Amino acid sequence: MLAHYGYKDGSGEYFIVVDTDKCDGCGRCVSACPYGVFEIGEDENDPFRETVVVKVSESHRKKIKYSCAPCKPVSGKKSLPCLESCAPGAIGHSW
Amino acid sequence: MATEYWRWPESRWTSPEIDWKAGRIVTAGIDVGSVSSQAVVMVDGALFCYGSLRTGSNSPESAQRAMDFALAETGLVLADIHYIVGTGYGRVNISFAQRALTEIACHARGANFMYGPTVKTILDMGGQDCKAIRCDAKGKVTNFLMNDKCAAGTGRGMEVFADLLSVPIADMGRMSFEVEAEPEPVSSTCVVFAKSEAVGLLRKGWPKEKVLAAYSSAMAHRVVELLQRIQVEEDFAVTGGIAKNEGVVKRIEKELKIKALEPKFDTQIAGALGGALFAKALVEKDRGLR
Repeated sequence: MLAHYGYKDGSGEYFIVVDTDKCDGCGRCVSACPYGVFEIGEDENDPFRETVVVKVSESHRKKIKYSCAPCKPVSGKKSLPCLESCAPGAIGHSW
Repeated sequence: MATEYWRWPESRWTSPEIDWKAGRIVTAGIDVGSVSSQAVVMVDGALFCYGSLRTGSNSPESAQRAMDFALAETGLVLADIHYIVGTGYGRVNISFAQRALTEIACHARGANFMYGPTVKTILDMGGQDCKAIRCDAKGKVTNFLMNDKCAAGTGRGMEVFADLLSVPIADMGRMSFEVEAEPEPVSSTCVVFAKSEAVGLLRKGWPKEKVLAAYSSAMAHRVVELLQRIQVEEDFAVTGGIAKNEGVVKRIEKELKIKALEPKFDTQIAGALGGALFAKALVEKDRGLR
């Protein structure tokens, strides 16, 4: 499942996309993210999935543009820690 | 209470054919949404009854009222129901539900039942959010996107316009086509700014119908952009309150160049319906049937 967490508003589209079929629930992204954007837990959108999966925590979903801003290239960063930490390549950013 | 003409009327339905006493698995789904709450009861996976009413400020009470409303005159009582799944904004507040599931999972499952296994893309236009969902032939979500930060493209937007133009919500779709030529969409999709723009257009002498047409096409354009992110695959279906507004649905179809499926039931019950179906699957899992 491609889970899009985030929003679209007047300034643009800000979504973190998690491919839950690729995510193995290892949790490295949780420790890699300096701002605590990710959490590991049961898949809310698939009640029959038995393994845990990464999701964007509820408190960041509506402000993801700002939560992620310090890691973006405009802030001088070359790569995103969450993407780097994810071996299966399950995480993506839409902006 | 004064008639809230800017909201969909409350409704209830009971199947004349099903005898619930003969059923082996009786399940229910309750969708406590931001604007309306629905309760759906299914007997062995067939739709038995449903009720849809306003949520109000107290979601545990709304869940109870929706359930009582659906069950009234059926002879069925809460204790006869084997499993209840709660969904929607108020899902964590439903004391008598055994499990809470997201409305994304429930809407996909409900739409799969409502429109059949050919449905691949679902657009749920709810009271205060908008969800674009892709699912497989079994109604399992494969891709989803939810926009709940901005009211553009939600029922709330239509409510604001119904109030501004004093038009009952059920007449808005039809009225939006009573124009000689389709006007340019309003430039702002933000509900607050779109309303200011509409006030300006009314003061300029635009008739209500033309303002409504301009807003409906702006709303359609807005949700089409969301749909394009998950890529629309046919068959396509719309659920939620706005699915009953042909002014928006037809404009979405025109922009996508894809026809939406005709709904068989009240489109507002899709979430609760999915909840009841999940409840059945969970009972079967508990009983070792699957």
